[in-house]
Amino acid sequence: MMIFSGEINESFGPSPEQMQSNIQQWMDWFGGIAAQGKIVTANRLSFEGKTLKPNNVIADGPYAEVKEIIGGYVVVKATNIDEAMKLAAGCPILDHGGHVEVRSIIPMNG
Amino acid sequence: MNEEELIPQLFKTEYRKIISVLCKLFGIVHIEIAEDIANDTFLLASETWGLKGIPENPTAWLYAVAKNRTKDYFKRDKVFSEKIVLDFRLNQNEVEEFEIDLSHKNITDSQLQMIFIICNPLIPVEAQIGLALRILCGFGIEEIAEAFLTNKETINKRLFRAKEKLRADNIRIELPNENEINARLETVVTTLYLLFNEGYCSSTQKINLRKELCLEAMRLNYFLIENETTNKPIVNALMALMCYHASRFEARTNEIGEPVLYDQQDKTLWNEDLIAKGNFYLIQSARGNELSKFHLEANIAYWHSSKIENPKKWDNILQAYNQLLLIEYSPITALNRTYALAQVKGKKAAIIEAEKLTLTDNHFYFSLLGYLYTELDNEKAVSYFEIARNKAKTENDKSLLTKKLSDLKNKSNG
Repeated sequence: MMIFSGEINESFGPSPEQMQSNIQQWMDWFGGIAAQGKIVTANRLSFEGKTLKPNNVIADGPYAEVKEIIGGYVVVKATNIDEAMKLAAGCPILDHGGHVEVRSIIPMNG
Repeated sequence: MNEEELIPQLFKTEYRKIISVLCKLFGIVHIEIAEDIANDTFLLASETWGLKGIPENPTAWLYAVAKNRTKDYFKRDKVFSEKIVLDFRLNQNEVEEFEIDLSHKNITDSQLQMIFIICNPLIPVEAQIGLALRILCGFGIEEIAEAFLTNKETINKRLFRAKEKLRADNIRIELPNENEINARLETVVTTLYLLFNEGYCSSTQKINLRKELCLEAMRLNYFLIENETTNKPIVNALMALMCYHASRFEARTNEIGEPVLYDQQDKTLWNEDLIAKGNFYLIQSARGNELSKFHLEANIAYWHSSKIENPKKWDNILQAYNQLLLIEYSPITALNRTYALAQVKGKKAAIIEAEKLTLTDNHFYFSLLGYLYTELDNEKAVSYFEIARNKAKTENDKSLLTKKLSDLKNKSNG
């Protein structure tokens, strides 16, 4: 699994053109992995969300006390971490000060 | 019009109506009886009309005969009628007077239900297409065998097994409910898409037969559009896709039936009406939030059907291929996506991506690499085109690649 995280930038207000080109960069990168038939699932996470803490404390937003926010994740087919790292190369988040965390998944059913 | 022209035409439009109505009445277990009665009806029409001339209202004549034949069947075949009586819980004496509902509404509903029964994931896709051609389009077994490049026995067996399966599962003849309809429509639309492709991509040389298959797929799809229950975005997306593809029918083969590649096509032969219809259905398909693979393919076909060069063309096509791959991976989509990438980001960038694909048993893969290396490294290009030619399966593909190779060698020498 690849988890994309980046710092929260509150003054970040991209123009529609920037948004469009940003989406295209992501789609081109996803498309490259999908063209190898290696994407299992891909999801972007929205900024909307809440956090549940012990004693039923609910915080608004996923970003209350963290410096970084997870923006999305992709599950890819790879035989090992190195292969997944190769797929991660060129991820657009690397150009925007973020990073990709590559983790292996252990199936729950054995 | 004489009866020799009229009967085949009515066969194409009325055969499925008669079978569908009867099948709905008898239940799918008796589909063959419905077929027999429909066949008998047309046989009688060709005998009688040839002698006595065409009746005033041929369609009504066919319906009346189908009704009478059905009643005869009931009287003649005691076992059958008892079974039906049992199924219907009718009284014996009602059999005489039972009615076959040939109202417009029942005919339409029955046909719709028949489409859903045939385009059913329970039976293999090839059998779905075969049954659709036989029952919904009134094709002869011989024509179907020709379309699939096989013999009559194979088709007969295939259709027989499919009907057995429908019978064994005793599928109920009804329309899926509102919640199910989208999921079921996707199967139906997929079968129609494959039926269309059978015509569009088939390797049979009979161009008329191929066109006929495409037109039948479009006719059936149009039937879904005409009906409010099934007039959904996905159906319109497929219609748009088929219109765009069909618009190039005249341009994609030359006088002697050889394929003409997209780049070399005479654009004045593209059918403007069909392109306009494609645009219309593409807009219709944009209602709602659904984005199916048919929407994306129609979108790609839209850009390919536009005669005006738009700088955004390849950008849009690349984005559509990216999304298509996320919905459903297929080697051919991966290759097409890489071709689009070369148009947007240049051949060098595309080579890096292409080499990751490793589709080494696909001749199109080597042909793509050959294209990408052309001009960058012609020696490599030649060697890739040669591998592609060795792996190509059809004579058409082989001769196209031979031509590419000789062009490339001439360029390198000159």
